[in-house]
Amino acid sequence: MVRFILRRLLQMVLAFFGTTLIVYALMFAGQGDPIQALAGERPVTEAQRAYLTEKFHLDRTGIDGFFYRYFDYIRNLLQGDLGESLTGRQIGDILAAAWPVTIKLALIAMAVTVLVGVTAGVLAGVRRASIFDNSTLLLTLVVLAVPTIVLAPIAQYLLGVRWQLFPPTAGADPDFYSLLLPGIVLGSLSLATALRLTRTAVAENLRADYVRTARSKGLVKRRIVGIHVLRNSLIPVVTFLGVELGNLMGGAIITEGVFNIPGVGFNLFRAIRTEDGPLVVGIVSVLVVVYLIANLVVDVLYAVLDPRIRYE
Amino acid sequence: MRGNRPTRGSERKAGAVSQSAVQPTPASPTPEGGHLLEVRDLHVEFRTGEGVAKVINGVSYHLDAGETLAVLGESGSGKSVTAQAIMGILDTPPAVIRSGQIRYQGRDLLAQSEEQRRQVRGTEIAMIFQDALSALNPTFPVGWQIGETLRQRAGMSRGDARRRAIELMELVKIPAAASRLGDYPHQFSGGMRQRVMIAMALALNPKVLIADEPTTALDVTVQAQIMDLLSDLRRDLRMAMILITHDLGVVAGVADRIAVMYAGRIVEHADVRSLYKTPAHPYTKGLLESIPRLDFHGQQLSTIRGLPPNLMRIPSGCPFHPRCPYVQQVCVDVVPHDLVLGDGRTSACHFAQEVRDDRAR
Amino acid sequence: MSDFETVAASEDPHARRGPSGEPNAPNQIGGTSVTPGRPRSLAGDAWRDLRRKPIFWISSALVLVVTAMAAVPALFTTADPADCLLSRQHAGPSGGAIFGYDFQGCNTYARAVYGARASLLVGALSALLTGLIALTVGMLAGYFGRWIDAVLSRVIDIVLGIPLLLAAIVLLKRVASDSATIRIAAVIFVLAVLGWTTTARVVRSSVITAKEQDYVSAARMLGASNSRIMWRHILPNTLAPAIVVLTIALGSFIAAEATLSFLGIGLKEPTISWGIDINNGRVHMRESATPLMVPSTFLALTVLAFIMLGDAIRDAFDPKLR
Repeated sequence: MVRFILRRLLQMVLAFFGTTLIVYALMFAGQGDPIQALAGERPVTEAQRAYLTEKFHLDRTGIDGFFYRYFDYIRNLLQGDLGESLTGRQIGDILAAAWPVTIKLALIAMAVTVLVGVTAGVLAGVRRASIFDNSTLLLTLVVLAVPTIVLAPIAQYLLGVRWQLFPPTAGADPDFYSLLLPGIVLGSLSLATALRLTRTAVAENLRADYVRTARSKGLVKRRIVGIHVLRNSLIPVVTFLGVELGNLMGGAIITEGVFNIPGVGFNLFRAIRTEDGPLVVGIVSVLVVVYLIANLVVDVLYAVLDPRIRYE
Repeated sequence: MRGNRPTRGSERKAGAVSQSAVQPTPASPTPEGGHLLEVRDLHVEFRTGEGVAKVINGVSYHLDAGETLAVLGESGSGKSVTAQAIMGILDTPPAVIRSGQIRYQGRDLLAQSEEQRRQVRGTEIAMIFQDALSALNPTFPVGWQIGETLRQRAGMSRGDARRRAIELMELVKIPAAASRLGDYPHQFSGGMRQRVMIAMALALNPKVLIADEPTTALDVTVQAQIMDLLSDLRRDLRMAMILITHDLGVVAGVADRIAVMYAGRIVEHADVRSLYKTPAHPYTKGLLESIPRLDFHGQQLSTIRGLPPNLMRIPSGCPFHPRCPYVQQVCVDVVPHDLVLGDGRTSACHFAQEVRDDRAR
Repeated sequence: MSDFETVAASEDPHARRGPSGEPNAPNQIGGTSVTPGRPRSLAGDAWRDLRRKPIFWISSALVLVVTAMAAVPALFTTADPADCLLSRQHAGPSGGAIFGYDFQGCNTYARAVYGARASLLVGALSALLTGLIALTVGMLAGYFGRWIDAVLSRVIDIVLGIPLLLAAIVLLKRVASDSATIRIAAVIFVLAVLGWTTTARVVRSSVITAKEQDYVSAARMLGASNSRIMWRHILPNTLAPAIVVLTIALGSFIAAEATLSFLGIGLKEPTISWGIDINNGRVHMRESATPLMVPSTFLALTVLAFIMLGDAIRDAFDPKLR
């Protein structure tokens, strides 16, 4: 187990360098004026230009300069120094304020996903081809197909503005209630996927040979489904949920933007709108790291759940 | 019966009448005077989108306390389905039990509620399966899986179940049992896994053990060990055993009686010695002749020509007739009765006597 | 994160074969014998199955309508989407404007109709480009195997691991030009570069299956060249599954384009895109909700149509998944 985690950790370090290098190269390689690229169409003041040149070591040129800058960027990233946004605020401070909100939102979305998605998925899997199964299949297909940019504003309009069941926007220091609707919207996609995954896994595992064995042991059906089938069915689902938690934290760009929730995604949303290059780069870098860590956690979780992986 | 050519619709009925007319021959008596376990005229269908497959067409056999019955047949002959019907673990749908009885200690299991049947599983009748790797749950340690039966069914505490699980694993001769309790199925070798499976089946001291192709997935050397183990355990624990197999070689040293199945029917039923010596059904004869023998030098190994029947379109008359070297017009027209040949032997062949006496072939 | 990835993720990663035990598989029982009867092809069966599905017909009809809308928008409206008058801001429905006017005073319905073009163009061309990349990579990896497969599979893993929306943001931020053509090309390029992996995996596995077929070995023994085997024998086998995945991907690409335009980094005005209009409508939803609802409905139905169509075809071809 320890060896497995160590190996995964090593792979993650490699993936970290690989991914950040790609992100970094995409952002900076072969540009005419990297500073202008960072700032987009906004005019850049001399002070900002000087700061960015120093910050990203843009005075060094060529491949050598690129790698120098890359490692400098990594060092800063690892030290938690993300630099300043174009508005002059420390990006680290912005994120420190944003993370708790984003995590709260992601946890609400995850809770909705697990409670509704997995439960309904198990039911649909057990009663395959029933009315319940067929209608959930169709419903999840619709949810999967409707983009968040449609779902979020319409939910906001109908449930928030029109019928006033929920606060339409969250504001500076959102409480649980004002995060509930965005949480449901954010979780709906993962919910639909989790439901489908659970359904397929349960339906498949119900036909597995070990279920026949469990029946021949004289176990009650509830126990066979609840312990034997569920344990095996949840392996792909938990894997998916782990990746999804990483996604939910970084992927709330639309939802946080629409509902005005001051989380990480909202800041990225605003940074894109205001063309604040350094802030976009800083947030994306951090999100990529979060994403990688989420993947590592998932792998370890996978090994805990599935003994066949553990001893490979 | 001549000229009464059965149509597809009446075929099953005709077979049912003829088979139920045969009275089971008396064997060692059980408390109630009947058999410990008895299958009577069982009919099972599988209904799928493509049609109805008649998987079991009037199977009857019995098992007495302490004896071993081997059920022999190729895959698709319905031997496993019969066993699963006895256990009550057929998947319904697609399986439908059309008619018949399965009597255990005089009570008809098919008339019982699901809850009553569940109580029988494991405590009275237990079953082991062909592929232990897929039959064991991959995500729980084997000790847990053996203990689960004890905790759930016998109400044992965690500690007691653990101790008993070790005893059971020692009983099936798993070395260093205590230290292997926490291992997962995939960490065992094939033979050891099958032993775990057996230990699990024995947990509640069943009176009947159904072994569904217990050695098919194993290496030849391991096969013998598992068969020996099963045979010893059956004797020591005074169980009765139904051994399901397609391998005539496995049966010889272990079974008391053999029932040969073909296309969802029992075509021949005899004690082991007579069946090997004088098979009374062309199918059995064909099976025996297709076994390689050390004392038959230089002879070509014979095979049964043709393919097993499509169970959605079982041939008219005797279902074996398209493959039978003895085939006559009557075989195409008339479903054969079980012919009683004495010594408790039956054969569902119009020419059973001729086949039995025809040693030259 | 994006609709794009979740649809792909809804495929079961551990798709295993069904029951292996003899009693659970009655078709296996009869399977060994030769069944006299009409020959049935997979495509024929799939078509028979599809014909009975209302979802297939509904989604096909929607796809046809939206394609016609993209090709000849004048069929659906005579109004000019660029004809905007601030004096008509949020004006109610009238003659040529069945859904009234938006914040800018543009005809909401006309804009929604004309928005189909950009969406479908991006969706179709991204799917085409994706298909080309995926077929090339999948074919090379699946056919040659060994180290080529190892390297390409690793590349697939890495690209699959990159969060699509974040990477698209980073890439598109670098496109400074406001020219409509360049922006459309950039969005297509970005979506294809990030979105080809799922299809490539599907192609790779069907190539591997096809490669094992007897007739391919026969062709090889008869001295056919690698390229001939790939073109003539293997490619046709991989097309059907690839097209199914691409149909679903097309829907996801349309959603992704709208999302990027919604964020302000995809297409930009004056190009008419549902994503841009949804964002504008959202901002002013308190005054009037129709300018939000109309493009939202158009976008949702279009994406839904492609995804349901792909889903229905896949189900028909692979009933085991149900």
